[in-house]
Amino acid sequence: MMGATGLSVVIIIAVIVIMLVVIIIGGKDTISWKFLTTFPQDGMTKGGIFPALYGTALMVIIMSVAAVPFGAITALYLTEYAKESSWIAKTVQFAVRTLSMVPSIIFGLFGLGFFIKFVGGGIDKIFSGGQLIWAQPNILWASLTMALLTLPVVIVSVEESIRAVPRDLRDASLALGATKWQTIRKVVIPGARSGILTGTILAVSRGAGEVAPILFTGAAYYLATLPHSLSDQFMSLGYHIYIMSTQSVNVDQTLPIQFATTMVLLLLTFTLNFVAVLLRSRLRRAQ
Amino acid sequence: MKEIKIKTRNLSLYYGSKMALNSITMEIPQKQVTALIGPSGCGKSTFLRTLNRMNDLIPGVKITGEILVDGFNIYNKNVDAVSLRKNVGMVFQKSNPFAKSIFENVAYGPKINGIHDHKRLKEIVEISLQRAAIWEEVKDRLHDSALGLSGGQQQRLCIARTLAVDPEIILMDEPASALDPLSTSKIEELIFSLKENYTIIIVTHNMQQAARVSDNTAFFYLGELIEYGKTKKIFTIPDKKQTEDYITGRFG
Repeated sequence: MMGATGLSVVIIIAVIVIMLVVIIIGGKDTISWKFLTTFPQDGMTKGGIFPALYGTALMVIIMSVAAVPFGAITALYLTEYAKESSWIAKTVQFAVRTLSMVPSIIFGLFGLGFFIKFVGGGIDKIFSGGQLIWAQPNILWASLTMALLTLPVVIVSVEESIRAVPRDLRDASLALGATKWQTIRKVVIPGARSGILTGTILAVSRGAGEVAPILFTGAAYYLATLPHSLSDQFMSLGYHIYIMSTQSVNVDQTLPIQFATTMVLLLLTFTLNFVAVLLRSRLRRAQ
Repeated sequence: MKEIKIKTRNLSLYYGSKMALNSITMEIPQKQVTALIGPSGCGKSTFLRTLNRMNDLIPGVKITGEILVDGFNIYNKNVDAVSLRKNVGMVFQKSNPFAKSIFENVAYGPKINGIHDHKRLKEIVEISLQRAAIWEEVKDRLHDSALGLSGGQQQRLCIARTLAVDPEIILMDEPASALDPLSTSKIEELIFSLKENYTIIIVTHNMQQAARVSDNTAFFYLGELIEYGKTKKIFTIPDKKQTEDYITGRFG
């Protein structure tokens, strides 16, 4: 038994180490400040990844603006207003759990069908007389699709932190003549602040790396300009790696760029997760 | 006899189908300290929490009978539990200051009542802290976190916080049970001085404490009010055998 557990540990560590070493060796000569801040060149066989970095950042910001308030309000409803045994609370809980198990490509298809065809198509029909503006992939639809994907992460994290606000403090506030809403606003939400932040960071870290949901909803192969409107397409790090390794004019020549881009993406998600873990442990200690 | 502040009539309370209070009828005089004693689970804390309708928040609670505060039934449909609680303050067993500064803790109640003028808030905070006998200890660090105070100081801060809303009645649920003897005696002195202006009802497990601080004592057992009267009488010549057994430590 000792042998088997030891072996599994070794394998796990080996996988991580090999992965990191290969990526670092492959990318270390390419990565530089210039790489991060310039556009791709020569049919994306040279140059940097600035538009992909910018697009990913913009996408996660729009995603957070949508997912965090919506997720926090849902969590607030579940913890503060819904009776735990009520059918509506159970249904929402079930929906959240199911949502978190849906494969990400399904979100991509849903985004295509719902946001682009249905919502975008509807907007175009009503406001632009059938002219194609919103009924095509763009950064807004991609971000909203990603927001749906990350919603469970936000909800669960905020729920956890709201439940961790002690009953005592709510009672103290209520006993001073505060209404339920005043108590939530002034005691519960401030007490859950770090949980809300943790949820946001985890969602961002998840959203930054996903490719499938934005595949049909907004990510572009190459753009010569940065997106400057919500109806523009965008480049993203994950998608950039995907196309560089499958659809580049010269896959072998772009290998260093692929490795370097992977390094950037990994560093980004590792850092975000690390910050989230730190915040969460601080939250737990504070209790 | 002093004026009656609170009057309960046939007050019963059920958790689901379980009866926790059985037809309690008692009169609590104004500006005196009334102690509620009895073994754990006897209903004394439950009774206390009916007086500011904190039990409303627990699902499955059903209350029958009435509670009159200044002659008004607080369970009347027209009475808003939120405004009732401004008049009937509560201090809890475990001190529960907010994770805010000392100043913000005391200013919390006035602020939610719409007082935002900083000068006015400062006055209220100072007076409340003085009345709670903690001003001298904290006046130089009003903007430090309340969580840095000792347990006894935190509890006096919680009392100051309650006073800041300007209630007429203060409910105390074993306010000193988690404190050391010195802090306990400070709280008891405070209770003694507060009764000049407030009607105080205190739940306590500590017989000596009940005897020391209260004017009246009510003995609860299994959800019933067994005996109620002047503290002196209850502790010297109680009418009921059960009361005597409990006070002398034969059970509970």
